[in-house]
Amino acid sequence: MFSITKVLQMLFKELNQLMRDPKMKALVFGPPLLQLIIFGYAVNLDVKNVRTAIVDYDRTPASREFTSLIRSNGYFIVNENPDNAEKVVPMIDSGAVVCAVVVEKGFMKNIESGQTARVQVIHDGTDSNTSTMVINYLNVISGKYSRGLQKDKLNRMNAKRAAAGAPAIRIGAINVEPRAWFNENLESKNYFVPGIIGNIIMLVTLMLTAMAVVREKEIGTIEQLMVTPIRPVEIILGKTIPFMIIAIFQSIMIMCVAIFWFDIPMLGSVPLLFAGILIFIISCLGLGIFISTISTTQQQAMLVTTFFFLPAMTLSGFMFPIVNMPEAVQYITYLIPLRYFLVIVRGIFLKGVGLNVLYPQFIALFILSTVIFSLSVMRFRKTID
Amino acid sequence: MKMKRVMAISKKEFIHVIRDTKSLVASLLIPITLLVLFGWALNLDVDKIETVICDFDRSPKSRELVSRIEHSRFFRVIAHPSDMAEAEEHIMFGRAAIMMTIPSGFGRDLERDGSPKIGVAIDGSDSNRAGIGLGYMNNMIMMFSNEVLKDKMISLGVKKIDPPVEMRQVVWFNPELESKNYIVPGLIAVIMTVIAAMITAMTIAREWERGTMEQLISTPVRGQELIVGKLIPYIAIGYLDVFISVVMSIWVFKVPFNGSYALLFFISSIFLIGAMSLGMLISIVGKSQLVANQMSMLIAFLPAFLLSGFTFAIENMPMPLQFISKLFPATYFVAMVKVVFLKGVGLRVLWYDTVLLVVYCALLFVLAKTKFKKSLE
Repeated sequence: MFSITKVLQMLFKELNQLMRDPKMKALVFGPPLLQLIIFGYAVNLDVKNVRTAIVDYDRTPASREFTSLIRSNGYFIVNENPDNAEKVVPMIDSGAVVCAVVVEKGFMKNIESGQTARVQVIHDGTDSNTSTMVINYLNVISGKYSRGLQKDKLNRMNAKRAAAGAPAIRIGAINVEPRAWFNENLESKNYFVPGIIGNIIMLVTLMLTAMAVVREKEIGTIEQLMVTPIRPVEIILGKTIPFMIIAIFQSIMIMCVAIFWFDIPMLGSVPLLFAGILIFIISCLGLGIFISTISTTQQQAMLVTTFFFLPAMTLSGFMFPIVNMPEAVQYITYLIPLRYFLVIVRGIFLKGVGLNVLYPQFIALFILSTVIFSLSVMRFRKTID
Repeated sequence: MKMKRVMAISKKEFIHVIRDTKSLVASLLIPITLLVLFGWALNLDVDKIETVICDFDRSPKSRELVSRIEHSRFFRVIAHPSDMAEAEEHIMFGRAAIMMTIPSGFGRDLERDGSPKIGVAIDGSDSNRAGIGLGYMNNMIMMFSNEVLKDKMISLGVKKIDPPVEMRQVVWFNPELESKNYIVPGLIAVIMTVIAAMITAMTIAREWERGTMEQLISTPVRGQELIVGKLIPYIAIGYLDVFISVVMSIWVFKVPFNGSYALLFFISSIFLIGAMSLGMLISIVGKSQLVANQMSMLIAFLPAFLLSGFTFAIENMPMPLQFISKLFPATYFVAMVKVVFLKGVGLRVLWYDTVLLVVYCALLFVLAKTKFKKSLE
C-alpha cells in the first residue's frame, strides 16, 4: 500500500541530491532574481527620451515657438539641430536620432496669412512600438498648437465683432479627464512583476522535474529504484514534492520582493493567491512528468521542455496581449494553464478581486491541472512497468 | 593542434548528434516554432482596444464623437452601458480596457463657451496598452474638438479654414509600423543562443557525467583539439538554423530585407562561433547537465531574450541595466541584424559593433580553452 515513510525517504534523497551541488542553490535564486530585475526595471514600454533632430528652415519666432513645444514636452531629447534636411539621413541610418522634425520655410508667413504651415516628420520605424507612440505625441503637440492659433483667430474675429456690436462667437473645448484604475501612474512594473511568479514556477518546475526523472533513467539508477519496494506513485510524489517546495519558496521570495522592494500594490487575498499557486504548480509538475516519459536523455528532456515552455510563455499573455493574436491562436491559449494563472495573480495583486470575479479562471485552471497531472501519472506508471 | 585529431573528435560528435534524432529534430523545430510565434502569432501593436462608452448626453455632437471612436481601428467598442455601475463591471472583469463617459450637457456646453469634460477611465493593470489607448483617445478627442471649432467658424462665414499647421509624418524602414518587422530579425540571435544553450552546453558536461571523459583523457587528443572538434557539428547546426531563420523571415513573414546577404552571413558567423563557445564554456564550468542547463538559461538565454533589445528597447531601460546589457554579445548582434534587415546600411555604420563582436567571441573561445582541464580530479 501507499506509504508515507517511503515517500518521505524518497523526498529526502531528492532534496539531498539537489542541494548537494552548491551551484544548484545559486540556480534556485538566480532566475527569479534576474527576472525580477529585468521586469522590475528594464522592461519599460513607456517611451521617453526620444532622440530627435530638428531642422528649422524658417527661423522665425513662430517656428521657434513651435519647436520649443517639442523641446519642452519631456518625451523628446533634441540632440541634433542640423541646418539641412540632407544631414538627417545619416543620423537616422546610424541611429543617432529616431525622428527628425523639419519645419519648412514660410512657416510663420503661412500662419499669418491664414494658410497651412507645413511641418514634416521622418521617423525611423524600426522600432514600431516607439514610432507609434512618438507619432501620437507629435500629433497632440501640433494639434494643441493649431488649436491655439485658431483660438487666436477667433479672438481677433470676436474683437472685430464687438467693435461692430455683434455678439461674440463662443465655442467650448473638450477636457479629457483621464483616470487609470488599479495602477494610477501606469507603471509597467506593476503589470509585469506579479506575472513573474507564474513564469518562474513554470520555468523551474517544468525543467527540474523533467530532468530529475530523466537523469535516473539516463544514469540507470531508475532500475535500482524499481527493485526497491517503492511504488511508482511514491516515486512520483517523492520526485515532485521537492520541486513543489522549491516553487512555493520561489513564489514567496518573488512576492516579498514585489511588495517590499518594488512597491507593487497587493490588494487582494494572500491565501487565495496561494491556492492559485498550488493548483498552478500541480499543472507544471504534471507536464514535467509527461515530458520525462517521452524523453530518454536529459538533453532531450531539456529540448522538449523548451519546446513546451517557449510557446506557453509567449502565448500566455505574460508579455504579449492575447487580444492581438490571430483568432486561431487565441483558441490555443485556452489550453495554457499560465494564461489563467496570470489573470488570477494580476487580478489579486492589482485589482484586489476575489473568487466572485476570478472563479472562471480558477475552475479552468483546476480542470487543466487535474487532467494534465492524472494523465501524466498514468503514462509514467505505464512506462515504468 | 592536429587536424586529424580534431576531425576524429568532430566525427564522433557528429555521430552523437545524428544518433539522437529527437534532439536533432528539436534543434530544428525550436527555431521554426519561435519564428512562427513571433512572425505570426505575437505582436506588440496596440489596436482594437476593448472599449465601453457611456453616453449620457445622446446629443448629435456626442453621437458623432462616439461614432468616430467606433470607426477607429484603435478601438473596439464592446458595449454601450446605460449606467456607470455596469460599465465599471466591464473593467473589473477585464472585459474592457477603456471606459469613456460623456456627461449629459456635453453637446450644449460645447456649443457655448463651456468646457465639457469627458471621463476616460483605463484599466492600468496592463499599463502599456492602457497608456497607448489613452494617447489615442486624447488625440481623437482633440481632433474632434478642433473640428467643432472649425465648423463653427465656417458656419459664421469665415471662408478660408485650412488647418493652421499640418504635420506630415513619414515612417522610414517600416512604413506599416509592424512590430514583426522589428522583432523577427532579432530572433535569429535568440535562436542561436537557445541552440547554444540547449545543445552545446550539454556536450562536455555529458561526457563528464557519463564517465566517457575519462576515456577521452586517456587518448592523445589535446584540450583545444577536443573543444574545436566538438564545436564543429554544433556550428553546422547553427548555420542550418540561421539559414532557416533568414529564409523564413524574408519569404514567409515578408520582413523587408534591405541589406547585404554577405554582411549578414559574416556577422552571423562571428556570433555563431561566439555563442557556441559560450555554450562550451558553460559546459566546461557546469560539469553536470542539469547545472549546465540552468547556467545557460541564466547567462545565455534570458539575457538574449530580455536584455538584448530583441523586444524591449534598451533606450528605455535604466542606466545600470543599459550598461549590463552591453556585456552580452547578443545585444550587439540583435542591433546589427535589425539594422542590416531594415535599414540596409553596411559596415560603414556597423564597423564598431562588428569589432566589438569579434573581440568578444575570440575572448569566449580563449576562455573556454583555458578553463578546460584535461585531468581527473
